[in-house]
Amino acid sequence: MSTEQTTSVLTVNGTEHALAETELNMNLLDYLREVLNLTGTKNGCGTGACGSCTVLIDDAARRSCLTKVSSVVGKRITTIEGFEQPDGTLHPIQQAFIDAGAIQCGFCTPGMVLSAYSLLLKNKHPNREEIRKGINTNLCRCTGYQQIVDAVEQASKTMYP
Amino acid sequence: MKIPSGKVFRNDAYAKVTGKAKYSDDLKFFNMAHAVPVYSDYIHAENLRVDTGAAEKSAGVLKVITAADVPGSIRFGQIDQDYCMFAEKKIMCAGDVVALVVAEQRSQALSAAEKVVVSADPLPVVSDPEAALSPESPVVREIKNSNLMNHHKMRRGDALQELKNCDIVLQEEFSTQFIEHAYMEPESAVCVPRQDGVMEVYGSMQHPFSTRRFVGALLGEPLSHIEVYQPPTGGGFGGKDDTAAIVCARAALAARLLNRPVKLTYTREWSIRESYKRHPYRLNYKVGIEKSGRVKAVQVRMVSDGGPYLSVSPWVNWRSTAQCFGPYTVDNVYADVLCAATNNPVTGAMRGFGAPQVNFAVEQISDIAAERLGISPLEYRRINMVKQDGETVTGQVLDTHTVSMEQVMDRVAGEIGYEEKLGKCSRGTSEDDELYGVGLSISYRGSSLGAEGMDFCSSVINCQFDGSILLETGIHENGQGSESVMLLLLAEQLGVRLDRIKYKRSSTSNIPDGGTTVATRGTIMGGGAVNAAAHKLKQLMADNLNDVLQCRPEEVRFEDDHVLGPDNESRITWDEAMQHLFLKRVYPYAFGSFQAPDVSWDEETGQGDAYFTYVYSSQAVELTVNKSTGKIKLQNIVAAHDIGRAVNRAMVLGQMYGGITQGVGMALSEDLEIEDGKFPHLDLNHYKIPKARELPEMTGIIVENPDPQSPSEAKGIGEPALELIAPAIANALYNATGIRYRDMPLKVNPEELK
Repeated sequence: MSTEQTTSVLTVNGTEHALAETELNMNLLDYLREVLNLTGTKNGCGTGACGSCTVLIDDAARRSCLTKVSSVVGKRITTIEGFEQPDGTLHPIQQAFIDAGAIQCGFCTPGMVLSAYSLLLKNKHPNREEIRKGINTNLCRCTGYQQIVDAVEQASKTMYP
Repeated sequence: MKIPSGKVFRNDAYAKVTGKAKYSDDLKFFNMAHAVPVYSDYIHAENLRVDTGAAEKSAGVLKVITAADVPGSIRFGQIDQDYCMFAEKKIMCAGDVVALVVAEQRSQALSAAEKVVVSADPLPVVSDPEAALSPESPVVREIKNSNLMNHHKMRRGDALQELKNCDIVLQEEFSTQFIEHAYMEPESAVCVPRQDGVMEVYGSMQHPFSTRRFVGALLGEPLSHIEVYQPPTGGGFGGKDDTAAIVCARAALAARLLNRPVKLTYTREWSIRESYKRHPYRLNYKVGIEKSGRVKAVQVRMVSDGGPYLSVSPWVNWRSTAQCFGPYTVDNVYADVLCAATNNPVTGAMRGFGAPQVNFAVEQISDIAAERLGISPLEYRRINMVKQDGETVTGQVLDTHTVSMEQVMDRVAGEIGYEEKLGKCSRGTSEDDELYGVGLSISYRGSSLGAEGMDFCSSVINCQFDGSILLETGIHENGQGSESVMLLLLAEQLGVRLDRIKYKRSSTSNIPDGGTTVATRGTIMGGGAVNAAAHKLKQLMADNLNDVLQCRPEEVRFEDDHVLGPDNESRITWDEAMQHLFLKRVYPYAFGSFQAPDVSWDEETGQGDAYFTYVYSSQAVELTVNKSTGKIKLQNIVAAHDIGRAVNRAMVLGQMYGGITQGVGMALSEDLEIEDGKFPHLDLNHYKIPKARELPEMTGIIVENPDPQSPSEAKGIGEPALELIAPAIANALYNATGIRYRDMPLKVNPEELK
């Protein structure tokens, strides 16, 4: 994938990827899904409305469908695939989603988990209203959010007792 | 074995939370091509001409498929075969597909699609359902001589005469809007031609067997030549049947014509444009009530918008007919439920299926009636609601299960403090900026298909000689957790550890057609089939292991991962039981099926045993309305549903919260704009489904009266959860503002509050 002329590098889940010229013009969502085969990041709308494509860009939750690859060169991207611990155990947020019954169809789940992570980085002990605010830009059509809020609350207690 | 209460079980949770779950668009096959649909700018037009010349010459294009390339039937449908999978001669609505462009790359297909030239001669657009029913209206469907798609009736007693003699007669009109399912995952299909001639279909869908019929029709091939697999499906809510099946059929046609794998993944824009919607209804009620509070007679006329293709409109309308006056006993009912063909988007199945529209009207009428009578809304409901051994409006006597309407209502009213809070409602006046209101509603819902369809389902248990077990049912996982429920029920039946059992990947070539996973029938029908198969398996095992256990077959028990005789001394582990069966050359395999108990229906009178059992529900809401902005803020929601028995409690609650939330969207924010058949917007930025901050904390109460009509004692919760929050909100809104809002979505004009 790398060419001699290419100097642009994108770090995804800790691995550096040299970017070809054509890849710089792609949106980040397509690059992750089609080039890197990281299909855990979902395309729910393509217009930035649903949040299914949320990834972390330098630890901030961002919509990858509205992000050009060229705009994030040199930055650190984390997708859901990069979220498990090195030994394969789940991140406490992932475990909390399972334990709270926060997963139904699962299509919004990766984006929700990453938005929750970004929220808990900024606010270790959010109250339920703050959690709702933190995930407000991620749409879920299945759960009514209640058990997702439960999950983030539980994760906060596990991560920052 | 039962899972400890409070523990959550989902067999797909790990894959979904790690991003490892592969949805249809996540699949790639060697040499896979990409297809995209082409639409026209017409809404209603004839003499359709599609020029594909320029598109075919476009870079990377392999083929541009139109109606002329279809080897089988261009038209198909679940009831009438009228749904055009490729537009032929005419355009009937904005979502009609005129061509499918297939190219090496998706980007190439997208740019070629813009080069397809479509021309046609416009026809008048029929967009108002009432006007469509007048004899002067142009006829939308040329196979018919009028726009009346269907007409269901109820003629019970003599409502028209009795209405003349009632102390109070209410006349009320309500309307509901187009609703988009807005499942998070847009439609997607990947079709792979197999060397033995079978077409493999991987798609986002609710009903692999229905998909197989659509694919077979378009290809002109028998069902045995098509094998449909269902990868994880990103939500359905009734919406991934016809349209999702047609997406699969088109991809299959491309794969057949090119003899290579083809992927067809929809954008959100295409998904909204083409998928069917919830029917908008206009409902006119005349309700006659005696001074005692008893409803004596009801006359109702409902008109719904069917769009240009029939889809399942007659079944949706039928449920509106069978449940045309909510959970109340009335001796005289005169109902007409009509569906009109228009050039608006197609309407079809959506969670709730003709009940949310009716409940929106009926449960507001309950509050209106109570106020006119000067009694509490609970008292009015208590007087009129269905009771144990009582009769429904269809003449069905409810004597085969526990009728818990009152119990469920009292649980909700008690939990939210309804009676006390009713006195605190603002009714249009408050000292501060916020008006406060509380509102409640009740409903019952016939379980499963009822008299609208053939209702049966099967299950296969294939025990392996190493002690592991494979389970399959004719019910499908749409995200609701159906596989987990089936696994729990089997573990309980066999008394084995849950981790022994694996749910088999579904395939239409493995198990008989179990019907659509719709109508809140997954748990009750699939669970019934699992029970039936488990009983057969246990009988087989008992007949072949009783000698080992030194007892009679009927004394053999299945508990704690063991097979036991009458006392605990004669016992073998499950693994040992499998070894014994192997040595006896007996396959521990069972096929079981569950046929729903008989139902009946008379088309002329609308009388009969409409459903074999019912789910009883009540929901209540507290809200505030800002006097200067009119903004409605939900503050608290309580719901109770009698679902027979909860198999997976956390998932039952999840269904409740999710269903309520979809109901909240319908009540307050969701309104798919259609102007003369056109969509002004095709995105989720304009179509607003509820967000986390727009919802209050919710309390779900699970009421369990085990249902003898269900082999697993469980019923279902998918649709009951959605069908009654909208009228509760409207009632709360009235109690807050003193204004009755009869059209959804509910909007408060602050000018009216002054």
